[in-house]
Amino acid sequence: MFEYAPAPESRSVVDIRPSYGLFIGGRFVDPTDGGSFKSINPASEEVLAEVAEAGAQDVDRAVRAAREAYEKVWGPMPGRDRAKYLFRIARIIQERSRELAVLESLDNGKPIKESRDVDLPLVAAHFFYYAGWADKLAYAGFGQRPTSQHSGTDPRPLGVAAQVIPWNFPLLMLAWKIAPALAAGNTVVLKPAETTPLSALLFAEICQQADLPAGVVNIVTGAGETGRTLVEHPGVDKVAFTGSTEVGRAIARAVAGTRKKLTLELGGKAANIVFDDAPIDQAVEGIVNGIFFNQGHVCCAGSRLLVQESVADRVLESLKRRMAQLRVGDPLDKNTDIGAINSAAQLARIRELSEAGAAEGAERWSPPCQLPERGFWFAPTIFTGVTQAHRIAREEIFGPVLSVLTFRTPAEAVEKANNTPYGLSAGIWTDKGSRILWMADRLRAGVVWANTFNKFDPTSPFGGYKESGYGREGGRHGLEGYLNV
Amino acid sequence: MSERVAVRKTYKLFIGGKFPRSESGRSYLVQDANVALSSRKDARDAVVAARAAAKGWAGATAYNRGQILYRVAEMLEGRREQFVALGVSDEEVYAAVDRWVWYAGWSDKLPQVYGGANPVAGPYFNLSAPEPTGVVAVVAPEAPALLGLVSVVAPAIVTGNTVVVAASPSAPLAAVTLAEVLATSDLPGGVVNILTGRLSETVPTLAAHMDVNAIDLTGVTDPDLAADLEVRAAENLKRVLRPVPAEYDWYADPGITRMTSLLETKTVWHPKGV
Repeated sequence: MFEYAPAPESRSVVDIRPSYGLFIGGRFVDPTDGGSFKSINPASEEVLAEVAEAGAQDVDRAVRAAREAYEKVWGPMPGRDRAKYLFRIARIIQERSRELAVLESLDNGKPIKESRDVDLPLVAAHFFYYAGWADKLAYAGFGQRPTSQHSGTDPRPLGVAAQVIPWNFPLLMLAWKIAPALAAGNTVVLKPAETTPLSALLFAEICQQADLPAGVVNIVTGAGETGRTLVEHPGVDKVAFTGSTEVGRAIARAVAGTRKKLTLELGGKAANIVFDDAPIDQAVEGIVNGIFFNQGHVCCAGSRLLVQESVADRVLESLKRRMAQLRVGDPLDKNTDIGAINSAAQLARIRELSEAGAAEGAERWSPPCQLPERGFWFAPTIFTGVTQAHRIAREEIFGPVLSVLTFRTPAEAVEKANNTPYGLSAGIWTDKGSRILWMADRLRAGVVWANTFNKFDPTSPFGGYKESGYGREGGRHGLEGYLNV
Repeated sequence: MSERVAVRKTYKLFIGGKFPRSESGRSYLVQDANVALSSRKDARDAVVAARAAAKGWAGATAYNRGQILYRVAEMLEGRREQFVALGVSDEEVYAAVDRWVWYAGWSDKLPQVYGGANPVAGPYFNLSAPEPTGVVAVVAPEAPALLGLVSVVAPAIVTGNTVVVAASPSAPLAAVTLAEVLATSDLPGGVVNILTGRLSETVPTLAAHMDVNAIDLTGVTDPDLAADLEVRAAENLKRVLRPVPAEYDWYADPGITRMTSLLETKTVWHPKGV
C-alpha cells in the first residue's frame, strides 16, 4: 500500500459543549427524573460530552410539548408554511454541513469521507424532498380514505410521533424520521441512540435557528429504557423505530391493542449475488462497498456474498487484493476508508460472531492491517467455506465481516438468498439484463441493487420484507406511515 | 303423489380447492345446519394450502387474476337465489357482485397507481413496484355475512396474496356457498381457504403461525382478543390490519388501503451507462 501523509479534517469547525440537556418545547432543559451519561469518541475513547438521560417524567413532558404544538401550531398550520420551515432546515443543514459531518465522525467513528460525502448530502436532500410534500399531500396518491364518520378526502396527520433511531447513521436516520413526519403535519419526540446523541442535539440547535415553533421537534436522549418509555407512552399516536429485529418485535408487542400506527425498519442479512458473466472489477468494488461501507454497520449491508462457483476463485483473489488497499484508522483522516467500530459492546458482538464462524469451520481471512491502540477497531474480514447453517450466514453481524458462499444455478442463488428470516436488500451482478429482472422478481427483499450497491435517495422507498420490518421510508411511500390513510 | 324429499347440502370447509370436513370430526348447529367446527389442525392445513398456492397465484399475470375475479362475479350473479335463500338480501348480493367487479379491475392498475419510477439524483434506473406480502390470515366481519366476506377477501387476493379466512361464526352458510362460487371460477385451489367455527379456536393459531405474512383483524370486535392476536403476530412481524369496525360502511367505496396494507414495495436500482 502507498504511504499517505496524514490528512486530518480540522475539529475546530465544531464546538462541542461540555454538557447537553434535553430538547423539550423548543428549549434545552435539565432532566427532572433522569440522569446523565457520557458520549465518547469510539476512535479514541475520549469523552466528548455529558448528555442528559431522560426519565419517565421527562418523556412525559416531551410528549405533552409535542401534543400542544400539534394541536395549537403545527396541525392547524397550512402545508405551505410547514414546507417553508422544512426548506429552511434543509438549507441550514447545507450551510453547516462540514460542522455536522465532523461531529458525526467524532461521535460515531465513521470516516469523514463518508459523513461528508454521503450522510450529510443525503440528510439535506431528505429535508428538501419532504419539504415539497407538505402542501401536496392530497396528491400523494393514497386515494380516498375508507369511509368513516370522520372521512375527508385529504390525508391527515396522526398526531404525535415517537421515533427511536440507531447509531449507525445518526443524522441520516433522524432525517428519515423527522422530515416525513413534519411534512405530513405531525409533531415528534425523537430518541437518538445512546452512543451517538450529539448530532441530534446539534440538529435541535438548527431547529432553534430556523425558528421552528416550540414543541414541533423534541429530542430526548437516553438508552433503551428511555426509548421503551417513549414508545409505550399513551400520548403518542405513531411509533417509528429503526434498529434490531429483536427490539422491533418487543415494540410490536408493546403497542399491541393500542391502535398506534407502527413502522419498523429492522435487521438484514443481504445476499450480494455475483454471476460468472459479471464484470469482476466492478463487482468487487460493489462487494467492498456492500460490506465495508460504514464499517459494515448497515442494516442493508451485503453481508452474504453468493458467488457463482465457476468464478469464485477469481472473485476472491481480486477481492483480497482490493481489501489489502483499504485504509483503516482515524475517522477524521480524509484518506480513511474504514473507521472505528461504534462501541465496545458492538465490537464484542462482532468478535463473538467471528469466533463462532471460525469455530464452526469457516476459514477466516483479513489483510495485514495495523489497528490503532486506543479505541474500538476491527480489521475487514472475510470467511470462506461458509454453509447456510453457520451462525455467520444467519445472524446479522453488523460489522466489517463478509460470509462467502457459492452457487451453481440462478435457481440455487435465489433459494440461498431467500433462506433467511430477513428481507431488506439484495444485490445482483451480471451482464445479462433479462437475468437481472428474473432474479429481482424472485428475491424477497425491499431493495434490489443490480450492478450497484448501497445506493440511497430520498425519492426511493426503502424498507423490508418479512422480519426486516414493515413500512417504507423515502418517496411518497414514506408519507404513508405518518398519515391517516 | 307424495311430496319430493329434498336433498340437503352438507356444509364443509374449503381448503386447497377441496371441501373437507373438519379433521376433528366436529360440527356445530347454526342457521339450521350442521356446520364444520374447525380445529387448530384445520387452520394449519389451510396455511399449508395457501402457501402451496402462493407462488403460482403471485406469478400469474395481473390480467389473468383480473379475469378470474371477474369470473367470480359472473358465478356469484348466477347463484344469487342461493344466497337469498340463506337470508342474504338482494341488495347485499348485488353489492357483493359489484365489489368483485370493482376489485377485478384493480389487478393491473394498482401497480401503476401505487408504484412507479423514482427520480433519484444520479444516473440510475429506479423503479418501485408492489408485490403481494404472501399468505394472509383474515378474520371476516360477523356481518354482513356475504358482502363483508367478499370485501375482505377480494382486496387481499387481487394483488396476488393467498388467504385463510375465518368466516362469520354466526352466519357461516354464505361463506360456504361462496366457496362453491370460487370453486367454479377458475380460481386455483388454495388461493382462498375458508374455515368455519369458533374464532377463539382457529384465529390464535393463524396469528401465531410462522408461515403467515399478514393478518387482517377486521372481524375481531373483542379488544382483548385483538391485543392478544397482535402480540402473537409480533413473533414473525406480521403485517397487521386493524380497522375500526364501527366506522365501516360496507356499501361505500372501499378505497385502496385494504389492498396496499397487504403489499410489499420492492425497489430496483440499476446504473445507466454505455
